[in-house]
Amino acid sequence: MEYSELIFKIIFVIAVFAVSLLIAMYSTYAERKIAAFMQDRIGPDRAGPFGILQPLADGVKMFMKEEIIPSHADKVLFILGPSLMMLTACMTGVVIPWGNSLIINGQEYIMQITDVNIGILYIFAVVSIGVYGIMIGGWASNNKYSLLGAIRATSQMISYELAMGMAIISLVMMTGTLSLREIVLQQPGAHWNVFYQPLGFLIFLVCAFAETNRTPFDLPECETELVGGYHTEYSSMKLGFYLFAEYINMFISSAVIATLYFGGFNMPFVAGLGLSHNTLAVLGVVFFFAKIFFFIFFFMWVRWTIPRFRYDQLMNLGWKVMIPLSIVNLLLTGLVLLWRNGLFHF
Amino acid sequence: MQSLTNRSKVVVNKKMSFMEKIYLPEIAKGMMITLRHLFKKKVTIKYPEQKRPVAPVWRGWHVLKRDELGRENCTACGLCAVACPAEAITMTAAERKPGEENLFREEKYAAVYEINMLRCIFCGLCEEACPKEAIFLTDRNVPVDLLRDDFIFGKDKLLEGVQPEKRIDISVRARAHRQIEN
Repeated sequence: MEYSELIFKIIFVIAVFAVSLLIAMYSTYAERKIAAFMQDRIGPDRAGPFGILQPLADGVKMFMKEEIIPSHADKVLFILGPSLMMLTACMTGVVIPWGNSLIINGQEYIMQITDVNIGILYIFAVVSIGVYGIMIGGWASNNKYSLLGAIRATSQMISYELAMGMAIISLVMMTGTLSLREIVLQQPGAHWNVFYQPLGFLIFLVCAFAETNRTPFDLPECETELVGGYHTEYSSMKLGFYLFAEYINMFISSAVIATLYFGGFNMPFVAGLGLSHNTLAVLGVVFFFAKIFFFIFFFMWVRWTIPRFRYDQLMNLGWKVMIPLSIVNLLLTGLVLLWRNGLFHF
Repeated sequence: MQSLTNRSKVVVNKKMSFMEKIYLPEIAKGMMITLRHLFKKKVTIKYPEQKRPVAPVWRGWHVLKRDELGRENCTACGLCAVACPAEAITMTAAERKPGEENLFREEKYAAVYEINMLRCIFCGLCEEACPKEAIFLTDRNVPVDLLRDDFIFGKDKLLEGVQPEKRIDISVRARAHRQIEN
């Protein structure tokens, strides 16, 4: 690897880390604002103009709170839980193609931390480790509500990961690659995968809600029955980590949805404008973030619209609807592919 | 029974139809409603800067009046405390000493006069009971505080000042009441 490329990568890693933290921070603000607006309120507006310093105030509050570790809790696991959650949340951003390449001094720099050729698999693996964060936290708290919340989270994630995985398999069958950059490059202009895989997209979207524990699938932190869910016993910044990781996960999920189904950094109507490669790349990043922000907004929009499912409804939906649907989608994709490749000779 | 609004719906525990069972159309309908609310006029009143408009007869924070010479009207007769249905008013009477004629209008005055603002229901019976026109309810909001003890308002928070600019205007309610009576 060349020296300049190494420096570029280091800068890029730091930038991605900082941006995902910043966006997660401001997602909390956006969530409160959107919630308020949908309920005809104004929302936080005291810290700074329009309350834009609210996330900082919340952060300071989180740090200043008393750090409580229950006497019955398993101390090591109790600290490991939120750490693991935060770690996995930050790790997923590595394989997302944030933009096309920049050409500086005749050398091409790809705007992606690493183009693993099994990018989707990597994301799935890391997200699955995230379940351990919840499970370990819930177990270590030594509290029935925490444990119930953790069990719910785990069973929910396992149930919906199946359908999600099968939706992805149909997509991979179509694209023929697991590399996220190649999947994006296969969707130039407005040839987005969502138009070829509408059912797959729907399944993936619903499962993404379940994976990030967002309404209507936020049973793990169901206040009405479980006090607080898996983080009942947590306080101070450890609780902050759990909440923060949820927002990073939401950001990454939005990025993955935009990458897989909405053409990532591709944008329509610019191919004929004759812009330079670098301008296009920067525009692409902007466009990609616009898509991500739309999906983050969508997550919040859904949250403040519908109530959560009952637990049996959740399991029914997961096993009796989503999984059969994803199998149908898989079969349909296979049939269409066979037909397109001319393997049907009647 | 006649309903108060025409928005009430009879709840029936019927099976969901197919369209309802696939959730998505209903969710989309709901999301359109929330989207509409996103652009609606907000109902929030930013309290300390903005105050909720109140009726002219609205009753708030009490005031203990002085007469035009700056002497306290209250003679600590205790009728307001007797009239108070919430038992929020307590007072201690004291005798006016020679030389205090410029402070108190009559020979007896309230050395301590306390209203527990958390007990007070702002009914205005103290005002009606007062024979000396000493206590009135004004159009001022009772300010927020953090401790229960701080809501027991003594004379420092109830009594108006002597100087003309420190006098508290009670004419709004008085005028409104006169209008209602006429």
